[in-house]
Amino acid sequence: MFGLGRPRGTFRHGVHPPENKRATDSKPIERMPFVAEYVLPLSQHIGAPARPVVSVGQRVGRGQPIAAPAGFVSTALHAPVTGTVAAIELRTVASGKEAPAIVIKTDPFSSQVVEVDAPARPEPSLSASEVIRAIQHAGIVGMGGAAFPSHVKLQVPAGKKARFAMLNGCECEPYLTCDHRVMVERPDAIVAGLRILLRRTGAERGYIGIERNKPDAIAVLQRACAGEPDLEVVPLAVKYPQGAEKMLIDAVLQIEVPSGKLPIDVEVATLNVGTAAAIADLFSTGQPLIERVVTVTGDAIGRPANVLVPIGTPLRDLLAFCGGVQPHARQVVLGGPMMGTACKSLDISVTKGTSGILALSRAVEPVAEEPCIKCGRCLDACPYFLNPSLLGLLSRNDLVDDLAQAHVLDCCECASCSFVCPSHIPLVQLIRIGKATVRQHQAALAAKALAAKAAT
Amino acid sequence: MSAQPLELRTAPFAHAGPSTRRLMFEVIAALVPVVLASVWFFGVGALLVVLATTAGAVGAEWLLGDRKGLGTLKDGSALLTGLLTGLTLPPAIPLWMALLGGFVAIGLGKRVLGGLGGNFFNPALVGRAFLQAAFPVPITTWTPPGQGLWHVPTSAFTLPFGHAEVDFVTAASPLGLAKFDHKLTDVALLFSGNTAGSLGETCGALIIASGVWLGVRRVFDWRLPVAMVGAVAVFAAILHAVRPEWPPAWFMVGSGGLLFGAVFMATDPVTTPVTPKGMWIFGIGAGILVVLIRVFGGLPEGVMYAIMIMNAVTPLINGWTQPKRFGG
Repeated sequence: MFGLGRPRGTFRHGVHPPENKRATDSKPIERMPFVAEYVLPLSQHIGAPARPVVSVGQRVGRGQPIAAPAGFVSTALHAPVTGTVAAIELRTVASGKEAPAIVIKTDPFSSQVVEVDAPARPEPSLSASEVIRAIQHAGIVGMGGAAFPSHVKLQVPAGKKARFAMLNGCECEPYLTCDHRVMVERPDAIVAGLRILLRRTGAERGYIGIERNKPDAIAVLQRACAGEPDLEVVPLAVKYPQGAEKMLIDAVLQIEVPSGKLPIDVEVATLNVGTAAAIADLFSTGQPLIERVVTVTGDAIGRPANVLVPIGTPLRDLLAFCGGVQPHARQVVLGGPMMGTACKSLDISVTKGTSGILALSRAVEPVAEEPCIKCGRCLDACPYFLNPSLLGLLSRNDLVDDLAQAHVLDCCECASCSFVCPSHIPLVQLIRIGKATVRQHQAALAAKALAAKAAT
Repeated sequence: MSAQPLELRTAPFAHAGPSTRRLMFEVIAALVPVVLASVWFFGVGALLVVLATTAGAVGAEWLLGDRKGLGTLKDGSALLTGLLTGLTLPPAIPLWMALLGGFVAIGLGKRVLGGLGGNFFNPALVGRAFLQAAFPVPITTWTPPGQGLWHVPTSAFTLPFGHAEVDFVTAASPLGLAKFDHKLTDVALLFSGNTAGSLGETCGALIIASGVWLGVRRVFDWRLPVAMVGAVAVFAAILHAVRPEWPPAWFMVGSGGLLFGAVFMATDPVTTPVTPKGMWIFGIGAGILVVLIRVFGGLPEGVMYAIMIMNAVTPLINGWTQPKRFGG
């Protein structure tokens, strides 16, 4: 009734957390020297874990496959260094659990040249299935944080088509600057990656959405896109969570992806800018995904930096390279402060989805929760136009049907509601529990229905 | 490396800042000039009334609430309710009634319903409504401003259930003058505060300034007061155009408790809608009710009832105005 028109260059609702990007946003990407050992969990992406194809004691070259995809939604894993497979065993991963991983001991005498063959033919002459297969076997996944296998995104499902290809350069999470630096330093690779996305999805127009707090990245990419009428760099307002895929599509094209649907359902294909650069590298040099840029920052790190590190680099080594975690650190967070995970232990390693490591001294002090005063701030923050206060209450009381009816599954867990709540109610935490409860309940119902069907 | 063990918590690791307690104390801070103005116009007697309601409210919170240490007093909401209750009362009200009003505001208006966040009606207005029902004469007996800074009405010290002294000068409020004598008070007097009325309501300019300050600092949602005042202005202007003897918009906005109610009562988050659309409906509804009661009702003033009626329908408004989800 009183809703204003759909704004251009941003989405509706959202929040403005302090950006905290100044410490690293003008620091060039630096390459980290090789360390003694690399640990590569077999599950670094959404989907089935990779299947090892090497054995303990085997010598591997940098870039050589060490695990193969196990199914379509799964990708390969490669040796990040030349060395020897020291073990295939359970190692602690970011979630705090133990999971199978391949451990590689670096050969200290190797030149560490990437041992891959350059592609035999240029990308445009490859067939669709060859490109999909190449990306899957290069182990490329979304590098914005979700780590969804990229070849799945380039495969337009039968009966659907793409009109728009979009690169996500929002980097709306506070502190993180890895995408920013890749955009500033590697614009040609990003544009080449966008070209591949356009060609492979059949899209007509390409967009690169970048928040206005990265004017250098906008300028550099606009120059790289000059003379290409079908490509456009779209400067966006600075607001969280603009980098959420559906928010980005709304901001750039003013198209709302329907609830429960994917971008391709509104004829859009998206990739993170870093992922696009990795795909371009694959087809120009043959290099699979064996390294990525990680922003190491926070008020409790010795030397904030953007570091190009081999996948599998132990966190302790990377933190030491960046001056070490200071004694006053209270938390080490993988990813950004809004959606990242706190590390239980530093005995884990960088995976393909690790965009940042934050060493924080005083993240959020645990404040006693107060009653909800119904101020409505969470409703004004929620980019999905849900009612977080209601969802929190329903979750607390385990009201599964009401949770589903209030669209709890639409929540993307951006944490804007917890961020604004003056009563410090752990809204997003309650909603995560609510989502899990609803999913469990739905799975149980489905199983019951299946059993009933089998019985008749 | 880190000296202390790392803490395990879940995202987000950032917070916007203002806490519930902080919001309460921001409103209390914005009320300080209003209290000072009431002392300026009505004398220290005004301060005694406000102190009495505050003592009643804080006492009720302490007696009926969580009594470990300061307990729920720490959130500041009882202090705020006490101040607000006092500022809605006439200057010459006996202090024992003010104390009782403050006690009822928190006791009946909030604590019995589960404390902060559990009440449906604005607690300060519950306190005032109780006094209005129990003591209809003292709560509608007005005294003129400007009787000196040290003026304390003799009626202030009336003993409980004793006869109120009536040796003080009484005066009609601008709304009473308009309703019963068809006389409009000068606009400059309405906004400067030099008129008879409840303690906190007379100085329109100061209330607007406090409201703008709170709105800009996002302590409350600006939609509620803007909708309420706007609705009163528009509806009153329409009525005035139809029949010129009905008061014009500027008078309706500036007189009585409208501005005070819109800025400090209609903005109570607990008893008003959570949805932006709902806030507009609440404000506009309350504004229309104020004009209806003032123009067509038997009473000269209607702000309290207007807000309380809208408080009562707030759960319904919330139900009607749930946001349409993204992509739904």
